[in-house]
Amino acid sequence: MTTAKTGLTVLDEVFTTAKAEDRAALIAYLPAGYPTVRGSTGLLTQALEAGADLVEVGLPYSDPVLDGPVIQHAVDTALRGGVRVRDTLTVVETLAARGGRAVVMTYWNPVLRYGPEAFARDLASAGGLGVITPDLVPDEENGWLAATTATGIAPIFLVAPSSTEQRIADTAAASRGFLYTASTMGVTGARDAVSDTAKALVERTRRHTDLPLGVGLGVRSGGQASEVASFADGVIVGSALVSAAEHGRAAVARLTSELAAGVRGNHTGR
Amino acid sequence: MATAPGGLPTASDGLSEHGHDPDATGHFGRYGGRFMPEALIAAVDEVAAEYDKARHDPEFLAELDRLQRDYAGRPSPVTDARRLSEHAGGARILLKREDLNHTGSHKINNVLGQALLTQRMGKTRVIAETGAGQHGVATATAAALLGLDCMVYMGEVDTERQALNVARMRLLGAEVVPVTTGSRTLKDALNEAYRDWVATVGHTHYVLGTAAGPHPFPMMVRDFHRVIGLEARAQVLERYDRLPDAVVACVGGGSNAIGIFHPFLDDSAVRLVGCEAAGDGVDTGRHAASIGGGTPGALHGALTYLLQDEDGQTIESHSISAGLDYPGVGPEHSFLHDIGRAEYVPVTDTEAMDAFRLLCRTEGIIPAIESAHAVAGAVRLGRELGPDATILVNLSGRGDKDVDTAARWFDVVDAEALPTDPPAQDQPEATGEREL
Ligand SMILES: Cc1ncc(COP(=O)(O)O)c(C=O)c1O
Repeated sequence: MTTAKTGLTVLDEVFTTAKAEDRAALIAYLPAGYPTVRGSTGLLTQALEAGADLVEVGLPYSDPVLDGPVIQHAVDTALRGGVRVRDTLTVVETLAARGGRAVVMTYWNPVLRYGPEAFARDLASAGGLGVITPDLVPDEENGWLAATTATGIAPIFLVAPSSTEQRIADTAAASRGFLYTASTMGVTGARDAVSDTAKALVERTRRHTDLPLGVGLGVRSGGQASEVASFADGVIVGSALVSAAEHGRAAVARLTSELAAGVRGNHTGR
Repeated sequence: MATAPGGLPTASDGLSEHGHDPDATGHFGRYGGRFMPEALIAAVDEVAAEYDKARHDPEFLAELDRLQRDYAGRPSPVTDARRLSEHAGGARILLKREDLNHTGSHKINNVLGQALLTQRMGKTRVIAETGAGQHGVATATAAALLGLDCMVYMGEVDTERQALNVARMRLLGAEVVPVTTGSRTLKDALNEAYRDWVATVGHTHYVLGTAAGPHPFPMMVRDFHRVIGLEARAQVLERYDRLPDAVVACVGGGSNAIGIFHPFLDDSAVRLVGCEAAGDGVDTGRHAASIGGGTPGALHGALTYLLQDEDGQTIESHSISAGLDYPGVGPEHSFLHDIGRAEYVPVTDTEAMDAFRLLCRTEGIIPAIESAHAVAGAVRLGRELGPDATILVNLSGRGDKDVDTAARWFDVVDAEALPTDPPAQDQPEATGEREL
C-alpha cells in the first residue's frame, strides 16, 4: 500500500492529462449490476476502452430521488437481479485491476448503513478513487471527510444552479478530486440542449476553487460534449449511456467514441 | 392571539416559541437534518427563512387563525366515548375530533399554513404527495381556496384503494398523478414529488404532508399541528380539571401524533403513546412499524428510523392503512423514542379493523383506518390502566374514504369466522353487509 498511488493522486492525473491535451476529461456513468454484475463490468470496461477517462460506477439504491426514468429503470433491474453493495465494490476492483479508473456514485444511505469508514476503506482497497454523493451535502458529512482523507479517496460533492456563493465555496472546500457541477435544475436524463445555466454555474464556481469542474446532467451527444468541454474540465454522461447499454456493448462503444471525440473538440454531432 | 370560542388556544399559538425546536439545521439529537440534493437546499432554506418570518408576523398569524376558524371549523371538539369505554377496561376515552375538520382529517391544519406560506413566497403552484389521499385532498382544497395550481403524486396502489379521494382531488381542480415506480405507494409518491420539485422550484412549493423530510418541514409541520394538542390540553383541563394519563395517536410520518403530543412534552406524568402500523405483525416482516421494527438511516431528507435491509435499501412497508403505509417516520419521533419520552407500540391490521368496527358500533363514528390504529391502542391501554384512567386519543380523520376497504375486509373476515353459518338465501352476501 505504501507505494500505491492514492485515489486523489490518480484523479489529479486524469484531469492534468486531459488539460495537457487541451481537452476535457470524459466521465462515463453506468450502474453496477445492470443488466447483471458481470454485464455491467463488461459495459464499463467497454466505456473505458472506447475513450472514457474515468467511470462512475453507480451503486443501485431503492429510492433514487435525483434520477430520471432511464436510470431508475436500470437501477431497478439491477436491484431485482439481487445486486448487493459489495458487488459494486467488486466491479470497481475488477476495473481497477485492469487499469481502469473508477469512482463510485452512491446515495448516502447505503454508505451510512455499511459504515462510512468501512466503505471508504474497502473502496480504497478495491482501487476506487472517490465517491460522488448526490444526496449528501457537506453540512451533514459527519466523519465522512475524515474517513475519505484517511484512505486517500476523494469525497466529491455537487453544486447546483441554485447554490449560493457561500454554499459553492463551502462545497468546493469540502470536495477533493473534482467538483460535480449539475448543469440544470432537474433529475438525470438526456436533454436536447445544454442549458446556459451550466456555463454560468461553471463561471461562478471557478471564482471559488481551483478544483477541476465536471459538468453532468443531460449530455447525450458528441456535439453537446464538445460544447460543455469548451468551458468545463470534465464532461459527465449518464442516462444516454444507460440507454445505449440497453442495446449492448457495441452501442456503448459507439456512443463513448463519439463523446470522446466531442471532448476533444471534434464531433460528428447529432 | 387567543380569539377562539371558549378562549381556547388557536393555531397561531402553535407557532410560538416553546423550547423544543431543533438546532439551526434541523437536528433533534442525532436525527433530522437535511439529507438532500444540493439543488434543493436553497429551496428548503427559503422555506425555513420564510417560516421564521411568518411565525412572528401578526398578519400571517391572524390570517391563519381566521382560516382555521371560519374555513376549517376549529376548534375541534373533544368527545367522551362512553360506550367505547366499556370495552376499554372502563377507562375514560376522550376523542379529539380532527375527523370533523373541513376535508375530514387533521391534514388541513398543516396545509392551510403551508398554502399561506406559498403565497408569501410568491409561488403559484403547489405539489404534494399523498397516501390515503387526505393530505392530497387538503392540499387541493387549499389550492382552490387560494388560487394556486396543484399537482398531487399518489402511488398507483393507493389511487385504487382510496379512489374516493382521487375523485375529490380532481373535483377540486387538482391534477392527480398515479406513481408506478417502486412499491407504488407513499414512499414512491414522495420520490416523484422531489423529482418534480427539483425541476420546478422557481415557482413551486412542495407542501410536504407529514412531520418528516428535510428541515424545516418536521418542525414547521409540527407547529401547524400543535393546535391539536394545545386545544385538547385546555379542553380536558377545563372539563375534568386534570390532565389525561396518556395521549394516544397513530404514527405514519407522525404529523397528527407530534401535533397532539407536543404540548404535553413538559407534562412528564402524561404518557405519550404512538401507534405504528404493524400490518400482519412486526415479526412477519410485513408491517410499517419504522420505530418498532426499523433502524436509523437517511431517507427522504432526514436521519430517522426506517425499514431497511442490511445494504441500506428501503424495505417496502405493508399496512391496510394507506396513510400509515410508509417505511420511515418523522425525526422528532425517533428522538422522543430514544430519550424515552414517548413510547411506540405496534397495532396490526386485524386489531385496527376490530377497533374500526368497535368505534362505529359504540359511538356512531366511522374513523379513518389510520385513526382506528390509535383507537385500538387506546382500548388496549385502557384495559391495562383500568377505570381510573383518562386517555386522550387523536381521532385524526374520518372513514368515508375507507368504506370500500372495510366492506372487503369484513366480508373476508366474517366469512372465515362463521364457517358454519347457513348460506343466506334471501340476503345475497348478507354476512358481510349485516356485520357491517
Ligand atoms: C386520517 C389520517 N390519520 C393519520 C395519517 C398519517 O399521517 P401522520 O402520521 O402524518 O399523521 C393520515 C395520512 O394520510 C391520515 O389520513
